[in-house]
Amino acid sequence: MSFLVGENMTCGYGKSCIIHDCTITADLGEIVVVVGPNGAGKSTAMKAIFGMLSLVRGKILLNETDISELKPQERVLCGMGFVPQTSNIFASMTVEENLEMGAFIREDDVSETLQQVFELFPILRDKRYQLAGELSGGQRQQVAVGRALMTEPKVLILDEPTAGVSPIVMDDLFERITEVARSGIAVLMVEQNAKQALSIADKGYVLVQGRNAYSDTGEALMANEEVRRTFLGG
Amino acid sequence: MDDFLNASVIIANFILIPGLAYGSQLALGALGVTLVFSVLRFSNIAHGETMAAGAMFTLLFTWWFKSMSISIEPFPTAILALPFATVLAACLCLITDVSIYRYYRKVKAEPAIYIIVSVGVMFVYSGFIRFLIGPNDRQMSDGQRFLFKAREFKNLTGLNEGLAIKTSQVISISSAFVAVGVLFWFLKHTRTGKSMRAFSDNEDLALLSGINPERVVLVCWIITAILATLAGSLYGLDKSFRPFVFMQLLLPIFAAAIVGGFGNPVGAIVGGFIIAFSELFVTFAYKRVLTYILPESLAPNSLTQFLSTDYKIAVSFVILVLVLLIKPKGIFSQENS
Amino acid sequence: MNPTKRIIVLYSIMAVLFLVVGLNQGWDVAILIFNLCIISAIMALGVNIQWGYAGLFSIGSMGFAALGGLASVIISAEPVVEAWQIGGPGIVSGAIVLILTGLLSFYSWKKLGLGGWKRISVTAFVVLFGIVIMRLFAVPAIKAIENVDPAAAGYLGGFGLPITFSWICGGLLAGGVAWLIGKVSLGLRADYLAIATLGISEIIIFILKFEDWLTRGVKNVTGLPRPVPYEIDLVNSDVFQQWSSSRGLDTMGAASILVKLCYSALFLSVLIAVLYLSEKALKSPWGRMMRAIRDSEVAAAAMGKDVKARHLQVFVLGSAVVGIAGAMLTTLDGQFTPTAYQPLRFTFLIWVMVIIGGSGNNWGAILGGFVIWFFWVQAEPIGLWIIEFLTSGLPKDSDIRIHLIQSAAYMRLITMGILLLVVLRFSPRGLIPETNR
Repeated sequence: MSFLVGENMTCGYGKSCIIHDCTITADLGEIVVVVGPNGAGKSTAMKAIFGMLSLVRGKILLNETDISELKPQERVLCGMGFVPQTSNIFASMTVEENLEMGAFIREDDVSETLQQVFELFPILRDKRYQLAGELSGGQRQQVAVGRALMTEPKVLILDEPTAGVSPIVMDDLFERITEVARSGIAVLMVEQNAKQALSIADKGYVLVQGRNAYSDTGEALMANEEVRRTFLGG
Repeated sequence: MDDFLNASVIIANFILIPGLAYGSQLALGALGVTLVFSVLRFSNIAHGETMAAGAMFTLLFTWWFKSMSISIEPFPTAILALPFATVLAACLCLITDVSIYRYYRKVKAEPAIYIIVSVGVMFVYSGFIRFLIGPNDRQMSDGQRFLFKAREFKNLTGLNEGLAIKTSQVISISSAFVAVGVLFWFLKHTRTGKSMRAFSDNEDLALLSGINPERVVLVCWIITAILATLAGSLYGLDKSFRPFVFMQLLLPIFAAAIVGGFGNPVGAIVGGFIIAFSELFVTFAYKRVLTYILPESLAPNSLTQFLSTDYKIAVSFVILVLVLLIKPKGIFSQENS
Repeated sequence: MNPTKRIIVLYSIMAVLFLVVGLNQGWDVAILIFNLCIISAIMALGVNIQWGYAGLFSIGSMGFAALGGLASVIISAEPVVEAWQIGGPGIVSGAIVLILTGLLSFYSWKKLGLGGWKRISVTAFVVLFGIVIMRLFAVPAIKAIENVDPAAAGYLGGFGLPITFSWICGGLLAGGVAWLIGKVSLGLRADYLAIATLGISEIIIFILKFEDWLTRGVKNVTGLPRPVPYEIDLVNSDVFQQWSSSRGLDTMGAASILVKLCYSALFLSVLIAVLYLSEKALKSPWGRMMRAIRDSEVAAAAMGKDVKARHLQVFVLGSAVVGIAGAMLTTLDGQFTPTAYQPLRFTFLIWVMVIIGGSGNNWGAILGGFVIWFFWVQAEPIGLWIIEFLTSGLPKDSDIRIHLIQSAAYMRLITMGILLLVVLRFSPRGLIPETNR
């Protein structure tokens, strides 16, 4: 069984369900990308996995333990990290303080993790005393990912990490995310830039109207004629 | 040269020192308002009464200590009473929060509703204070009243004009200095302080990071109570304790908080001094100063003040309104209205 | 309970309360409270128009009530001819300069096309320069006016017109000033607007308190004419004496009650007129639009409603209603006392009335005005009674007992606060909730 399993998830806001019987799994060291048209329920699925929405049916397993009933904060303690799409940094605090706040729930010494994050994102070391709000879009996203990494999660969930950044920065970010995954973390992300994201993905899911439409390796999905035509724009 | 010195002594005696003392008191008050605004996200109309309650607790402890003949000459007994008063004020704030404000946090009430709630709290506090201690004017200071008397200064320097420094002024300025220092150290360098800043910056992300909101709110109220007690007691020491004065102080305090940008602690301090000095500058009669520095032929006959002293407190209202209309985000922000 | 039934039941309870007071404390007291209740109810209607209809969060009703009071003075006080002769020209030219300054500063602020600090400094210069010129004209005139018989006059006086006319003028004056204030301050977010209006209302009070040539300041204007007969004239009139003795009434007491009843009749007719117009407005398309704006400013703006202009409308209307009530209050008092205007009494208490009565509902606002004023006045005797009952076990000269009895007056602050908090928490829509139409 995979390290993270979202099994037959059905949930939504209020009475209406947005995702139905959706299953998403991820293994350690793997990049899993969820793509699909607008309103397909990609972000909702991420929120469900992280516990920001409660499930109507289905369950979430982390390392074969059922965590469906846990609150987001408790899931952070179990080894999950989440990077929201918007306002994902503390703009009025320095980069270093942002990272420290990421490690808020840890009781032990965090300086080693801090060094690891700085190694992964060297630019953050240079700007550690600068206010996060003064950084460029790409650097902010690095702060956001770095903040989530401070709890040394086993699973990192990213909600559209490249929204609103330039193509060059996007490539750079994807490269970093690949590095994160290589360090043995399961990376689960939602992406608008489906082609680029799938090209670095080990596994991809295409969601349509809240249901699994296609799931395969990233390469296979890229090669799939149907997927290419409908979702990747030829 | 002597003329120039005499003129400067007048300025120091009537503007500089009172301004610094009053400014410190306003700054402490404004810090409390700004803290509640940035963590709990509402304008606390009851803050003036919180200050009054803090000052009242200080006064009650002072009386109690005096009745046991405990004193710390030459300092006023109130200094000794302050720590005990802060504890009571913090209890008051926390009881209020648990019984009243917590519910509105849970339902995520709008700012307007919060303000109406704080109006209710203001009514209860002001009734409670008057019920306990009555509406009368009370003297808070004892011990040595002056650190430095005008006559001593004149004898010492041989100048015509005297410089008097009240003990309460020195205590105001120095304790505000210490309090602000400690507060900034706390916000910048402790885990709890940083978590408060994080919470005020981005509530959702703070929750995601595992910061406990109730704890942040708790700490916020404790600090607010400390600041309010300090501000209220210092004001009471400097002038006297009259419950109704604190409602009048509310607007200068809001003015100070808004001038520097609501929610910005540094701004609140700067704002406090801006308000204090504007009030004094605009209503000070410059006649005596000008007689010293101008040649005799140019010396003014009238009082030469911009506005009569009656309007002293109105100056802060005008600044408040002007800042709100022209630069609602405070004078440090880049954008205009 | 359906809304109409609820209104009838609650209003009847209120009537019973007045009966109780009338029978226990005398009809004189009951009618006096009743009159002040009507004025409070009109103020509450004014605030309700702003907050209940359109969700406009202004806490400056004190200033508008005071402006209403000022209108009473200007309209009804006897003119001080001598003051006009020596100070009139100076004051008038000062006023002209002030208006010109206002126009010029508006021009330099809006039309010169400057930006940033340049715009601020140019406008500030225009304002300061204008004020200096204005003072050149006005200060000698003010000095002269204030020296005209300072013990009795020392101000310009008014026009000597009937005081009931000042009610309309009070509304117009308050509305006009509200238009100016609204023009510059509406558009601020809710809590900033609240603080701004609070500050502006304090500034208005400060001006009224210290511009002696206009209002006699803290010396107060007393002896304003009445719209109703004086007790002493009634007592001296043969017709009244015959009437009262034929009924076996005490002439003095009957006169006092009759005068108060005359006030009641006048006030009640104003209340009914304001209520009728408010209800009509609320039920019109205009009222529906206001509620739409209140419920979602964004949605209303998206539908092409000019939110700011509508807000300005309700701000002016609500303030005018408060101004009318302010003029009525000064009429009832027969004097204008600038120091009496405290935010607690004239702003926050009115808010308590609206919230407890039921914001958005005119019948609720009126009930709120009655209930809150009633308990504001009666909390003291009731509190005293409770404290005396509770401490009846203690000896007469016990310090605690004496202190508590002396403090009974402050029970009303606590009562009002707790009432407001309890209603907000458990019944946020008030005693008579808004009906969904």
